Amino acid sequence: MSQPFRLNKEGLINRNKKISFTFNGKKLFGYEGDTIASALIANGIHLVGRSFKYHRPRGFFGAGVEEPNAKLQVEFNGHSEPNVNATEMELVEGLSATSQNCWPSVNFDVGAINNFLKMFFPAGFYYKTFMWPKSFWYKIYEPFIRKAAGLGVASIEKDKERYEHKFEYCDLLVTGSGPSGLASAYAAAKNGAKVILAEDKPRFGGTLLTDDVSIDNLSGKDWAEKIITELKSMPNVTVKNRSQVFGYYDHNMLVMFERVSDHLEKKSKFTPRQRLWYIRAKETILSTGSIERPIVFGNNDTPGIFLSAAAKEYMKVYGVLVGKKPVIFTNNDSAYETALEFKKNNVEPIILDTREEHSSELIDEAKSKGIDIRFSHGVIVANGYKKVKSAKIGKLNKDKNSFEKIETVDCDCICVSGFWTPSVHLASQSGNKLKYEEKIDAFIPDKKKQHETSVGAANGSFTLEESLKHGFENGSNLSAKITETKTEISIPNVNEKNYGAHDKFWCMPLPKNENPKRFVDFQNDVSVSDIEIAIREGYRSIEHVKRYTTLGMATDQGRTSNLNGLQLVSNIENKIVPEVGHTTFRPPFTPITIGTIVGREVGMEYMPTRKTPMHEWHEKNNAVFVDAGAWKRPRYYKEGNETLFEASKREAKNVRENVGICDVTTLGKIDIKGPDAAEFLNRVYTNAWMKLPIGKARYGLMLREDGIVMDDGTTTRISENHYHMTTTTAQAANVLSHLEYYLQIVWPELNVNVVSTTEQWAGAAIAGPKSRDMLSKLYPDLDVSNEALPFMGYKEAEFFGVPSRIFRISFSGELAYEINVKSDHGMFMWEKMMEVGKEFGNQPYGTEALSTLRIEMGHVAGPELDGRTIPSDVSLNGLVSKKKDFIGKNSLGREAFNVESRQKIVGLIPIDRKSSIPEGSHIVQDQNAKLPNPKLGHVSSSCWSVENNNPFSLAIMKDGKNMIGKKFFAVSPLKNKSIEVEVISSHYVDPEGKRVRS
Amino acid sequence: MLYIKCPYCGLRAQKEFSYGGDATVKRPNINEEVSSEDWDNFVYMRKSPRGKHIELWQHIAGCRQWIKVQRDTATHEIFQTAKVTEEIR
Ligand SMILES: [Zn+2]
Repeated sequence: MSQPFRLNKEGLINRNKKISFTFNGKKLFGYEGDTIASALIANGIHLVGRSFKYHRPRGFFGAGVEEPNAKLQVEFNGHSEPNVNATEMELVEGLSATSQNCWPSVNFDVGAINNFLKMFFPAGFYYKTFMWPKSFWYKIYEPFIRKAAGLGVASIEKDKERYEHKFEYCDLLVTGSGPSGLASAYAAAKNGAKVILAEDKPRFGGTLLTDDVSIDNLSGKDWAEKIITELKSMPNVTVKNRSQVFGYYDHNMLVMFERVSDHLEKKSKFTPRQRLWYIRAKETILSTGSIERPIVFGNNDTPGIFLSAAAKEYMKVYGVLVGKKPVIFTNNDSAYETALEFKKNNVEPIILDTREEHSSELIDEAKSKGIDIRFSHGVIVANGYKKVKSAKIGKLNKDKNSFEKIETVDCDCICVSGFWTPSVHLASQSGNKLKYEEKIDAFIPDKKKQHETSVGAANGSFTLEESLKHGFENGSNLSAKITETKTEISIPNVNEKNYGAHDKFWCMPLPKNENPKRFVDFQNDVSVSDIEIAIREGYRSIEHVKRYTTLGMATDQGRTSNLNGLQLVSNIENKIVPEVGHTTFRPPFTPITIGTIVGREVGMEYMPTRKTPMHEWHEKNNAVFVDAGAWKRPRYYKEGNETLFEASKREAKNVRENVGICDVTTLGKIDIKGPDAAEFLNRVYTNAWMKLPIGKARYGLMLREDGIVMDDGTTTRISENHYHMTTTTAQAANVLSHLEYYLQIVWPELNVNVVSTTEQWAGAAIAGPKSRDMLSKLYPDLDVSNEALPFMGYKEAEFFGVPSRIFRISFSGELAYEINVKSDHGMFMWEKMMEVGKEFGNQPYGTEALSTLRIEMGHVAGPELDGRTIPSDVSLNGLVSKKKDFIGKNSLGREAFNVESRQKIVGLIPIDRKSSIPEGSHIVQDQNAKLPNPKLGHVSSSCWSVENNNPFSLAIMKDGKNMIGKKFFAVSPLKNKSIEVEVISSHYVDPEGKRVRS
Repeated sequence: MLYIKCPYCGLRAQKEFSYGGDATVKRPNINEEVSSEDWDNFVYMRKSPRGKHIELWQHIAGCRQWIKVQRDTATHEIFQTAKVTEEIR
């Protein structure tokens, strides 16, 4: 089991711990500290995927977030994840990775035929190809696009992992632990600031791990380690690796994605997989570094072609050679360091430098080491299909557009460097407009919109000395403003190599009659000719070119392609890059999992579950629950094999014949106190409230200012200046906000206070003809006669020793009472009621029976008060005072509210007296009419009337009051039903309301 | 996510607040005659400015006070917050 491309010594991996994994079924091993990419390259594997459009063989290109090609389907720790960046994912025991976007295998991919059908995939191919005929869309085009598009496969298994969210506040957030980031964090920490330092890689130090530099006589790596160790020991500093700050949002909130345990073989039960941090930072240092950009040339996507800095990182961090016969293709000095590193490991590179022969510290060093350097040279085209075999190279004439000489050299890898692009994504997300810096041919941050400061390479400073200086200064100054402490720090002595000027050269010309593909964007397969076509077809704005060609729109966000794309557009259009402008950067900077975004808010934790104090009793007694907002309410209590329909009929019938009890704890309750409480209620409700006596309840109707019914409920006057308001379960929160709005903003002169008491009281309704008998047993010492406690009466009394409130109110239309006790006494009350009620035939009833009871009484609820109805629509205009003003009154005079044919609530019964009418059915005159069939109304609530033993529905109908006695059809295309119905009064049972007063 | 300074509680995340619309709209006085036009303007007509906007927010998951916030609707910059009884600018 030898690894042909693993160096014997180099690297920061743990050679004492082997990790086995599989790639496309093949068993392999790597070491702890490897990424999937470094382990595969060590094993000599480069072909890892097929490209998006043309299915061309693709290998690794980078060594981190910049990677455009190596996206794998990875199974590890029991789950399967698509589009995993092989250059970032750490190796973990038992991991299994497979190639994506290839069939049947990465070595033989049928889709590669696309590569030879180029005319089928020009720029804008989606727009051009799949236009016609229309009938082809569903059966041919769409499945084709679906199959061809996307890369990996999302798992259909439930994600069993744990994800967390965390909120954090700090003085200074530092994003990136390269030299400038470390310096900033250190200086701020020394000033006593609360600092968070985030590094997306497992190792801290950034370029200090790979650059041949020294700081205060320590190697870059050792210096980084020293600073990190000191930072970790400071209580005011949080240091996080494997943590990517991916989004910069309003008011200096940044969001960070932490990979907590993906790299661990074993973890404890509650360790999350990943964590999302919401960080509110007073100041932010963006030390995100820079990303090397390639030079464009023919077949530049062939496996074995790397960014030159990536090749160096593989050697220095992972002890891995990307090849043993490298060609280094560069327009600047930084790639010479890669060449020197190869040389150090006894590999002989050839350097092709687009610049004319000249001298610099690095060039001289390379020369002195005997490295083959060819100036004015570049790679024209890479040869080899699944792996680079040789390179056709050319010596450029002075015009840099034609060749003096062309030859072929053997090689097994090409390391390319087209200079450096600052990572300005976060700065741009923060609102910074960016400016073009001619000196480096790239954008850097301009004027800040938020509290962000870019330092180091992210700000276009490519020397270590400058990066450290900026880091220390900005870290110190920004934090000193917050902590008002300034600790002097001496800037360390730096030893680094001086770089010469780079060449503004970014795309290799082609000899005549040669036309290999030259890719600008690897991940989305966008080539030079695609961009040329887009411009030829008239696309001018860079945003349009981007969308038409899909340049930079893949998950790598064009990290290695944006600037080359811009250069291309500007060259073709003869504009300079700043005039072309850049496209918008949007979060997330790197792909993050949906699980992390969701966090713990999933399943039971999606929202809080509200349970009444009697919940356990319901559970024990076979209640089937229904969600009412966050509340769990018993829908019915199942006896034997009963269906919902049978159970609710039994429960409702028992209320009509005997007595039933219902848990009404969920009703909204608001305590209203103050000398102006009556005046306030009088303005809030449509009916009169000034004369309600103490110890009496009243039904009230509340409107919005536009005249639409907002809510209804009863309010009881407990004492002189104290009222108890009830709201519907659904509207409780809205009504409270509504009342607070008027008290705080509109009528602050009213001396009234409101507070929610919903959770303080447990409530039970006792309803049915025998409810008074039952009540008298519950309160043996209390006179509960109709005279002493009449309809809408209120009393306070002890309920077997605990204080309680008795309201004689009814939702079911029967003689009924509502008892409230403190929540802690809810279960006691309920159990007592069950015990005492036995002799009266008492049974609990759920919301389904409750609905049945209110529907057949014609008592409106949520389905009728649906935000579109005014009081007269639901026959509640009797509650609308003509004498006084109230919220929404002025709107009731609107013309549309007063036309003769205005909608109105009606009752419906099926002609056959058997077919139940689906809720939501449309009422039409002719069920067979041509569509669109005029709609005359809709069915809002349906039930089986237990009183009349046939179906009954409430409906809101146009000109409802003149429809009584007429016949229509209730049509439900969803249920595929059409039922002939007759319109009757909405008050189907006890229209005079005698029972509630009996 | 915005960071809103509640005049009662201090800086709090937007999650704790709910939005309440234009704070400069004044409800016609109760029990006073109002023309249909004035009423319609109060109920329905709202400006949707790009730029500075004084609006109401309620600190629902905090002190439950309605507050005034002067915010730039394009950049989300918050210039000032105040109690509803106070004037902005
Ligand atoms: Zn507050």
